[in-house]
Amino acid sequence: MITLDHITKTYNKGQFTAVKDISFEVQPGELFGLIGPDGAGKTTLFRILTTLLLPDQGRAVVNNFDVVKDYAKIRSCVGYMPGRFSLYQDLTIEENLNFFATVFGTTIEENYDLVKDIYQQIEPFKDRRAGKLSGGMKQKLALCCALIHKPAVLFLDEPTTGVDVVSRKEFWDMLKRLKQEGITILVSTPYMDEANRCDRIALMQKGSILSIDTPDGIVKAFPEELYAVRSSQTHSLLREVRAYDGTDSCFAFGDSLHVTFKTGKSQDLLPYLKSKGQTDATIQPIEPGIEDCFIHLLKG
Amino acid sequence: MKQLITFIRKEFLHVFRDRKTLLMLFGLPIAQIILFGFALSNEIKDSRIAIVDYSKDATTTQLISKIEASNYFDIQRTLATANDLNNAFKKGNIKMAIIFPANFGSDLTHTGNATLQVIADASDPNQATTITNYFNQIVADYNTSLAGSPSAAGTAGAATAQPMQIIPEMQMLYNPELRGAPNFVPGVMALVLMLVCTMMTSVSIVKEKELGTMEILLVSPFKPIYIIISKLAPNLIISIVNLFIILLLSYFFLDLPVKGSVLLLVTASTLFILTSLSIGLLLSINAKTQQAAMMGSLMGMMLPTMLLTGFLFPIENMPLPLQVFSNLVPSRWYFIIVKRVMLKGLGLTAVWKEILILSGMCLLLFAISLRKFKIRLQ
Repeated sequence: MITLDHITKTYNKGQFTAVKDISFEVQPGELFGLIGPDGAGKTTLFRILTTLLLPDQGRAVVNNFDVVKDYAKIRSCVGYMPGRFSLYQDLTIEENLNFFATVFGTTIEENYDLVKDIYQQIEPFKDRRAGKLSGGMKQKLALCCALIHKPAVLFLDEPTTGVDVVSRKEFWDMLKRLKQEGITILVSTPYMDEANRCDRIALMQKGSILSIDTPDGIVKAFPEELYAVRSSQTHSLLREVRAYDGTDSCFAFGDSLHVTFKTGKSQDLLPYLKSKGQTDATIQPIEPGIEDCFIHLLKG
Repeated sequence: MKQLITFIRKEFLHVFRDRKTLLMLFGLPIAQIILFGFALSNEIKDSRIAIVDYSKDATTTQLISKIEASNYFDIQRTLATANDLNNAFKKGNIKMAIIFPANFGSDLTHTGNATLQVIADASDPNQATTITNYFNQIVADYNTSLAGSPSAAGTAGAATAQPMQIIPEMQMLYNPELRGAPNFVPGVMALVLMLVCTMMTSVSIVKEKELGTMEILLVSPFKPIYIIISKLAPNLIISIVNLFIILLLSYFFLDLPVKGSVLLLVTASTLFILTSLSIGLLLSINAKTQQAAMMGSLMGMMLPTMLLTGFLFPIENMPLPLQVFSNLVPSRWYFIIVKRVMLKGLGLTAVWKEILILSGMCLLLFAISLRKFKIRLQ
């Protein structure tokens, strides 16, 4: 459904490389996630695929149309939700939706089934201006507007950034339902915990793809044993675990440290910490998450 | 087509929901016309003038008493010779001087016409025109009374079949062209329409870029030309409404009716509005932020329009490079059209050249904008 073939894009006359030699494919009906921090090149990829930017090298195909040659055809069969809230703040919910329905040559009634679940949540406020909505409601409205013409492919650039936890969860539930309707979805997010909601993900960093797999596949590929280390003095703990010569990597994750060790050295950490005064330190093996894998890939 | 209508309706919603801007759009022309209008509609009374009479006969005495009788003038009797006048003008003691040459009365009775000299301080052109007009009126009245009197008709009129006439020879000091008063209405029209059109339009497209909505519009089947048309439509209509407000105000308020064809004036104005809209469009397409677009249209359009249109400063007196440059300013041509059609009552034959030039500018600017409109980001 979406094919990228060695896509490279630079800015400032080649001085800054936004994405470098990216190739991957998204199957029809797949929910594909681009996961990576700000500046990884996610938005650039979206803009190339939505025909807003021309790639410097490589070619890309969306719904069997070339993004350069057939840009006009792509524009009428995809839905796009940019990273920034991009609706008319001075128009009401209903006016916005009506406007985008008409621009795409359809009506709200025609595709109401598709947006019904989402629209019903914001319908009580339909006479409220979009600028006065909460972050979660704005995203729901934006999704409705991107969906109203029943696109074959949906591009969502960081749809959950700046949205509260509950709305984020609801949003991903909606994406799951849309997937069941057969819409191919490419979504990006900087939140690693959302990666598990995708069929497949691509971990991105500095314009390159580190790894592409299912979330499970990525986690399974984590080659080492991971431990969580806790103590009451979290701050000094990080310093001391990093100073321990058997430590391979150590990162703070909320209230604990995720640590990997050089072969066989995990047993000796607690005695070492005790000698440094961390008497209540505990250690336990844990399953790695996407974020652990991401950090591991960055290191490699 | 339905898409286009919806888009245009959306643009109107934007305009009407932004109350402050809307107020400015209609307030600006009204304020300008009233301000400039009052400046030119006030009567001038008791202007100090000097009368130098080298003839001192019955006719001049009669005329001088008529001048005195009107309450427009205050005659400074201390000034007796033409030499005193120069100083008095320089000091600003007098606004106008009337000089009757020797043998004024006998010239009138023997040859049927006589000449007197009127010198006015035209550094304030407004005032100079007004007071010389007052004086002309007095002379004209006197002429009529002469023509009606039997003695005059008997001596000169019967033989030559021409009534006797006094011909005032006007001389405007300091500003011979007399730019001023009625020029303000066409000038304000050019200025207001130009500013409103370019500013509104220049902001409208950049706004979509800044808000990010342009990204969505581009990734839609909506054609760029439709985007442009829908952006221009509300501004065009608002500007035409503004035009009628200005014309009505000048008719009822300033007593300045359209002497020529209203249809021609409105057509030419629409052309000028379209030209200004195209300039705004071009600015908008190139600007990155709303502020840049706003500053561009204010600085880039307001100054040339004020300075190089010819309604504040006569273009003929400018250095040659500026004169050449002023040809590129659309409001210059529009100003000429309005003056000819509205003030002088001339028809299409008098302004077709200017209309042609404006049409050319409009088409060129629009074509460039259309070409430069980016169908992608960057």
